[in-house]
Amino acid sequence: MSDLLDELPGEPMMWVLIVSELLVFGAGLAALSAMRLTDPAGFAEAQAHLHRAGAALNTVVLVTSGCLAALAVRAAQSGREGRKRVLLVGAMALGVVFLVIKGQEYAAKSAQGIDWETHPFFTFYYLLTGFHAAHVAAGIVLLGLVAVLRDPRATETGAAFWHMVDLVWVLLFPVVYLIR
Amino acid sequence: MKYQTQKIALAYFAVALALFAVQVLIGLVMGFVYVVPTFLSDLVPFNILRMLHSNSLIVWLLLGFFGAAYYLLPEESEREIHSEKLAYLQLGILVLGTLGVVVTYLFNLFEGNFLLGKEGREFLEQPRWVKAGIVVAALIFLFNVSMTVLKGRKTAITNILLLGLWGLALLFLFAFYNPSNLALDKMYWWYVVHLWVEGTWELVMASILAFLMLKLTGVDREVVEKWLYVIVAAALFSGILGTGHHYYWIGTPGYWQWIGSIFSSLEVIPFFAMMAFAFVMVWKGRRDHPNKAALLWALGCATLAFFGAGVWGFLHTLHGVNYYTHGTQITAAHGHLAFYGAYVCLNLAIITYAMPHLLGRDPYNQVLNMASFWLMSSGVVFMTFVLTFAGTVQTHLQRVMGEEYMAVQDQLAVFFWMRFGAGIAVVLGALLFIYAVFVPRREVIEPGISQPAE
Repeated sequence: MSDLLDELPGEPMMWVLIVSELLVFGAGLAALSAMRLTDPAGFAEAQAHLHRAGAALNTVVLVTSGCLAALAVRAAQSGREGRKRVLLVGAMALGVVFLVIKGQEYAAKSAQGIDWETHPFFTFYYLLTGFHAAHVAAGIVLLGLVAVLRDPRATETGAAFWHMVDLVWVLLFPVVYLIR
Repeated sequence: MKYQTQKIALAYFAVALALFAVQVLIGLVMGFVYVVPTFLSDLVPFNILRMLHSNSLIVWLLLGFFGAAYYLLPEESEREIHSEKLAYLQLGILVLGTLGVVVTYLFNLFEGNFLLGKEGREFLEQPRWVKAGIVVAALIFLFNVSMTVLKGRKTAITNILLLGLWGLALLFLFAFYNPSNLALDKMYWWYVVHLWVEGTWELVMASILAFLMLKLTGVDREVVEKWLYVIVAAALFSGILGTGHHYYWIGTPGYWQWIGSIFSSLEVIPFFAMMAFAFVMVWKGRRDHPNKAALLWALGCATLAFFGAGVWGFLHTLHGVNYYTHGTQITAAHGHLAFYGAYVCLNLAIITYAMPHLLGRDPYNQVLNMASFWLMSSGVVFMTFVLTFAGTVQTHLQRVMGEEYMAVQDQLAVFFWMRFGAGIAVVLGALLFIYAVFVPRREVIEPGISQPAE
């Protein structure tokens, strides 16, 4: 097992975290889908309150940010520190844009009087997107940290985490916002 | 024994094992009260027996951890313990507190007194003066071991052990915070109870197991450390938010049901990893260590912890299941196998490993020690099965059919009798273990001729 971990890019412990995160979000999405079966009409009605266009825009924002992080890894590997930093700051800025759009979404829900307890769908909505947003915030801090460090392995580690945040969103978006 | 101060562990292990004997004997009495409820009811009511049973368990396990730390830290950091005197002072304070607790509980002294009377919270019933004593003892301990590690070699094992012990001591501070709102009271109560056994204690367990694997199998330290970090990461990732599986029905918001269900389900992973770790190390290891009994306990620990804490915990951790099983004998089944597998076996493993060095004898009485492993473990496993059946029947009769609690208890009598029988096996096993590590100086059975000469 330890040899397998060593072959992965970046810090091996990051991959332990990534697998754990995917298990948690996967279980959450599975639970949401299972609960949806018990009350399809209620879940569809609740889901209709979501702002799909904003979430689609956020998908574009986050995937673009992931692309910048991937380019930053290449820059780090070829020793172009300045380019790496610019790309990472770009990725972080798009992360902030994601959070701003997300914040507006939450504010709109709150204005409509929707909270955790309104419907089981919203319990999952807030848990899944809230946990995800917390990871975006943590990822921004992590990218900032690896932007300062001169070690390409650190950039690989930070980008691996950031891609996980990306991947989770790409899974959340259809299950939470689109599928009826 | 390479370092003189490792001897401190002997005193800790001796007190721990004495309390272990008290704990299982009281457990046996309680098993009898279950079938003959009037037994001792005027003299020592069941709730007092239960406090003594659970508190003595926790105290002896902690004393075992302290002893283990004093034993393995000198070898790992390659220097003597900072202060021998402080270590014995710490033990003295803990023994005094323990005696104070027992006397206070038995005679219900100073009822309602702020400082001297017992507090009514389950497991944290200790009077405030004892709690303060525990904090002082913990501070002395942390100072002593941290000074040792800081001045010596730092290894993954010492780092994780110290992280676990520091976390354990800091979380105990929540025992002093007792809000009058019952939901909040319970919420903080779990910060001690859950984050101990499913958080910091797991770190202690992983590091002691790693130390034993290193010594017993001779596998490279690098390999052991990598496993250790993965196990610890998995334990903290799942265990911290896994606290949510105690927040289903205490008045906390409903989202805890999903957080608790999902994260606590993942708590199986570190226990599975510890079991895999132990077996892989033994397969990979080239060293044929003479202390086979310690290896048996270490492997037994990893295996029974996986089943008791992992599988039996998962059985009733999902909130949809727990809605029916909460507080039934299923909980008792899980509690007994989890504590036995994870923490009792762990302590007995390190004691079995350390005792020959501490007493200056060869690994001796493998046969009696191993017999005690099989006797005690069969007892606890049988007890777990019996209680699981009892809990299943109880859940159905009480929670599904809606029968009265006491009427259901009457129908469970056959299970409680079998549990009492299992308890006798556990007590005999425990006494045999204590005898085997302290008394005999020669092996009972000479090694067979088939074994190659060393």
